[in-house]
Amino acid sequence: MKQPDVDHLSGIETTGHEWDGIKELNNPLPRWWLWTFYACIAFALVYSVLFPAWPLIGGGTPGLLGYSTRGEFHREVAAAQSEQAANLAKIAAMPVAVIAADPALAAFASAGGASAFKVYCSQCHGSGAEGGVGYPNLNDDEWIWGGSIDQIYQTIAHGARSLGDDQTHDSIMPNFGSDGILTRDQIRSVALYVASLSGLAGGEKTPEGEQLYAQNCAACHGPDAKGLQAMGGPNLTNAIWLYRGSVDGIVAQINHPRLGMMPAWGAKLGDVTVKELAVYVHGLGGGQ
Amino acid sequence: MTLSDATDQDGHSAAERFSVEAVNSQKIRQPLYAPRRKIFPKRASGTFRRFKWLVMLLTLGIYYLTPFLRWDRGPFAPDQAVMVDLANRRFYFFFIEIWPQEFYYVAGLLIMAGVGLFLITSTVGRAWCGYTCPQTVWVDLFLVVERAIEGDRNARIKLDGAPWSLNKAAKRVSKHVIWLVIGVVTGGAWILYFADAPTLIRSFARFEAPSVAYMTVGILAATTYVFGGLMREQVCTYMCPWPRIQAAMLDEYSLTVTYNDWRGEPRTRHAKKAIAEGRPVGDCVDCNACVVVCPMGIDIRDGQQLECITCALCIDACDGVMDKLGRERGLISYATLNDYNANMVLSGASATTPIEPARVRNPATGKLVDAIRHTTWRSIIRPRTLVYFMVWAGIGVAMLVALSMRSTLEVSVLHDRNPQYVLLSDGSIRNGYKVKISNMRPEPRAVTLSVEGLPGAALTSADAAAQPVSSLTYQLQPDAVLETRIFVRAAPGGLASNNADFTLKVETADGAAVVATDAKFETPKETRR
Repeated sequence: MKQPDVDHLSGIETTGHEWDGIKELNNPLPRWWLWTFYACIAFALVYSVLFPAWPLIGGGTPGLLGYSTRGEFHREVAAAQSEQAANLAKIAAMPVAVIAADPALAAFASAGGASAFKVYCSQCHGSGAEGGVGYPNLNDDEWIWGGSIDQIYQTIAHGARSLGDDQTHDSIMPNFGSDGILTRDQIRSVALYVASLSGLAGGEKTPEGEQLYAQNCAACHGPDAKGLQAMGGPNLTNAIWLYRGSVDGIVAQINHPRLGMMPAWGAKLGDVTVKELAVYVHGLGGGQ
Repeated sequence: MTLSDATDQDGHSAAERFSVEAVNSQKIRQPLYAPRRKIFPKRASGTFRRFKWLVMLLTLGIYYLTPFLRWDRGPFAPDQAVMVDLANRRFYFFFIEIWPQEFYYVAGLLIMAGVGLFLITSTVGRAWCGYTCPQTVWVDLFLVVERAIEGDRNARIKLDGAPWSLNKAAKRVSKHVIWLVIGVVTGGAWILYFADAPTLIRSFARFEAPSVAYMTVGILAATTYVFGGLMREQVCTYMCPWPRIQAAMLDEYSLTVTYNDWRGEPRTRHAKKAIAEGRPVGDCVDCNACVVVCPMGIDIRDGQQLECITCALCIDACDGVMDKLGRERGLISYATLNDYNANMVLSGASATTPIEPARVRNPATGKLVDAIRHTTWRSIIRPRTLVYFMVWAGIGVAMLVALSMRSTLEVSVLHDRNPQYVLLSDGSIRNGYKVKISNMRPEPRAVTLSVEGLPGAALTSADAAAQPVSSLTYQLQPDAVLETRIFVRAAPGGLASNNADFTLKVETADGAAVVATDAKFETPKETRR
């Protein structure tokens, strides 16, 4: 057995290693440190038995307590769902107008509607429901198919011009130009007349335009051009245009109309989600 | 030489001599790995000890009794005078109520505490350590218990060395039990600051209090017991950063507990014999009374040192001895380094010459000469302390002014991000805002919200479809924030730019409080002509 190397100055044993003449004293570890170290070892042993710890092929030891973060997540989701269950049952049972009248339930439904809107509706209507050319802005006060909560619910559930849904909103604007119903000049004339109703630049109220409007357009857009919701004919006298709000835009729409299509969401999303969406959309600021 | 001593027949001093070693003295300091050597401080009596009892009574009284003080705030707020309501995020201090966003008042108090510590330390040294630090106060309290059960120093040393017996076990158990009870009460008082005290005590006793209450009490009881009962002076010397920081703040004008070598040295045990032999004799009779009372286990005669918390008990002990000997008090005293140095020069001490006690005494009367410098108020009031005081008082005054002028009504507004504006069918533009109105008073209030600086603007509440109005009225709950959404609509034609500034004004029904906030009204570029 080799004699331990002792440092002359301090009288303390060294580790026996030497680096460029420097030796390290082999001082004892502080007791508190040592006991903390032992406690950590004991803790680790207990932990590895109680909790998932050791990796195995195709899994790992589950631990005696059966705890896992994934299980914790599922528990939390289940708890959240059971918390929501009562409200969801109420929504399923109540007419949508009654839901909107109950502030607490409306807030719950609106929150659910807001998240469903982002998934299913924002692609066309925009994330803020601000719409775009051809896609209605749901914040404003113009509603092609009606802005009461029941009408909004109806529109979401059955869509517009949605194939295969017999309750869908349906209306067709004829191709006045491309099908040869009106001549170029007649289209120009009626477009100028329509533009004049809302004060668009370049609009011109002529007797010919007025007459052409009465013959061709009043059936759906109303004799006063304020729109007919039953026919899906939009109001032509206000500041809001679904397509371009200019003489050229109106000419293009009369010549070969673009007709928007909205899916019927009732069957896809279920009644509860549609009701939530209706409450949310109705609460955006334009609901009637 | 008229330095006549009150001595007995054998020439021994009238002062009792103690056999004691200053275990934490630099001279005999042990390696860090050596186990701690216990200190058995003897009970001191005198002016400073009486003052410390008073401080202890006062600080402990404030700590334990404050939660029970009541302060009527009406039916909508707790009636506890001092309370940190974490659940509702309110802090109550008598007539002051602080909301989380006003936390800078607490930050200001902390800055004041910091500057106050500079001020105190630069004038009267480590007074915080010696008198008011919780560690010092609770160790004092624990020592009271220890003395009551085990007796004073000698009895405790004897008991400590005695083999285990029923008597020793009984004393030790009762001491530790009382210590633990003090610990639990200390932790218990702490949690009372965070909830209604009487209610919490009742639910705590019935084991119905929240688990965090029991955990807090447990942790604080443990730290109180371990720090105050077991670790004691080690907390100050090894754990606490203050001794280092405070030492840096002391200067030659700061009062510290000082052993005045210029009249004490050379310390002499047998004065008569020494005088007879013609040797110089100082006032110090080396009785060790100063060492035996020291709770830090040091010898103040080694000079100012890190371990000294300036508790001044050695002053009391030494003054008692000087009284018995019939000499002037103040061999150990509060003194500044300047005074000490001047007096050292007076005594003839230098690097090469020893202290000559005769030079500081009047040979005729035996009294200390008038040339000795004493500490006066001039050393306390000096530019440095004045600056500290100005800063400290300035922050205090600024906070008081801010506190008295603050509004108890607040409004904040957040513009809708998407969509930023909505074109309505009549051509006007609508903007949406989230508005928060804080009613920071424990009483319900009615307020009206109106728009100023936006021509032709009208308001609607987003919660209910209604006709646009010029102002909206809300009933604010006491001490609560009202969160609501409003719509502002205006014709874009009259606006100066497509993001016009305007003011949202909130006014109480009686007009007593008015607050306003700036907001923007966004319009599309093409509608503004």
